[in-house]
Amino acid sequence: MSSTPTVGVLLSRVRVEEKLLLEDLERRHVPSKVIDDRELVLEVERKPDLGVDVVLERCIQHSRALYALSVLNTWGVPTVNTFEVADICGNKLLTTMRLIRDGVPTPRTRLAFTPEAATAAIEELGYPAVLKPLVGSWGRLISKVNDRDAAESILEHKDVLGTYMHSIYYVQEYVPKPGRDIRAFVVGDETIGAIYRSSDHWITNTARGGKATRCPVTPELNDLCVRAARAVGGGVVAVDVLEGPEGPLVNEVNYTMEFRNSIDTTGVNIPAKVVDFVLETARKAKQSEE
Amino acid sequence: MPKCPECDADVTVGVDAVKGEIVACPDCGAELEVTETAPLSLALAPEAEEDWGE
Repeated sequence: MSSTPTVGVLLSRVRVEEKLLLEDLERRHVPSKVIDDRELVLEVERKPDLGVDVVLERCIQHSRALYALSVLNTWGVPTVNTFEVADICGNKLLTTMRLIRDGVPTPRTRLAFTPEAATAAIEELGYPAVLKPLVGSWGRLISKVNDRDAAESILEHKDVLGTYMHSIYYVQEYVPKPGRDIRAFVVGDETIGAIYRSSDHWITNTARGGKATRCPVTPELNDLCVRAARAVGGGVVAVDVLEGPEGPLVNEVNYTMEFRNSIDTTGVNIPAKVVDFVLETARKAKQSEE
Repeated sequence: MPKCPECDADVTVGVDAVKGEIVACPDCGAELEVTETAPLSLALAPEAEEDWGE
């Protein structure tokens, strides 16, 4: 095998992020292969012969990423990120439990299984509270519950209209934040950059119109975000931080991070940092084989 | 020049376009996927589903 590993990029669609990653691989003359998850068939009984040394997972669908990574990692194919990270980050409750396990500050959270118990949990946390689906992204289906009338209405809708997963009630305290939150990009053991996401709306995702500006990576922010990344298994992740009245809180960790709005804002070549990490992952896997 | 399957507008796609790339129609804003590069063809990109995200 040549010293330069072949990188497989597992994806569903070539968005701006995937294009930038593929361009970076090409610029460095790293052999790469696009693996379209719509065409993929994994023969699970044997090691997948994808003709690559490492897989960079960039699926848009969490379920596809999760199950493909399960097969690949079981058979010893190195991936960025790993099945473990996808499994934990793809589920808000599992993420919360890892953050708590590792002492990373996070908003107060309650878990309940019936609308009645969820109502009690919301009332205990106090209004407003936040109801979130366990799986989902881009701020979709997240509800700010301002009073008991809203709580009863939203919980009834989730109970009647949702799939069973929407009847696992994940309730969080509402953290009053200064019109913005922080999105920090962690690669390995370093927070490589961060942005503020500002919005008049309480949901600040850039996918929902939040405006990105540069956020300095202080030693404290770096430490918090690296600890959050390690808690979920480490790798290439984007950590969402709320600036609460009593200090920063880690809200979520994303494992297939979007960064198109953050390269110019941070001044950091994020795709190059990701590719560096992928190549390093392949080298380490190769070394451990030998 | 390929047409938008939604509104029939002419859609300009960069010469470096790759299969699977997402482009937006300049007229109607529909998200389009490059399904072939030679010759260039476009299809409506799938709507977001519940487990889509990052």
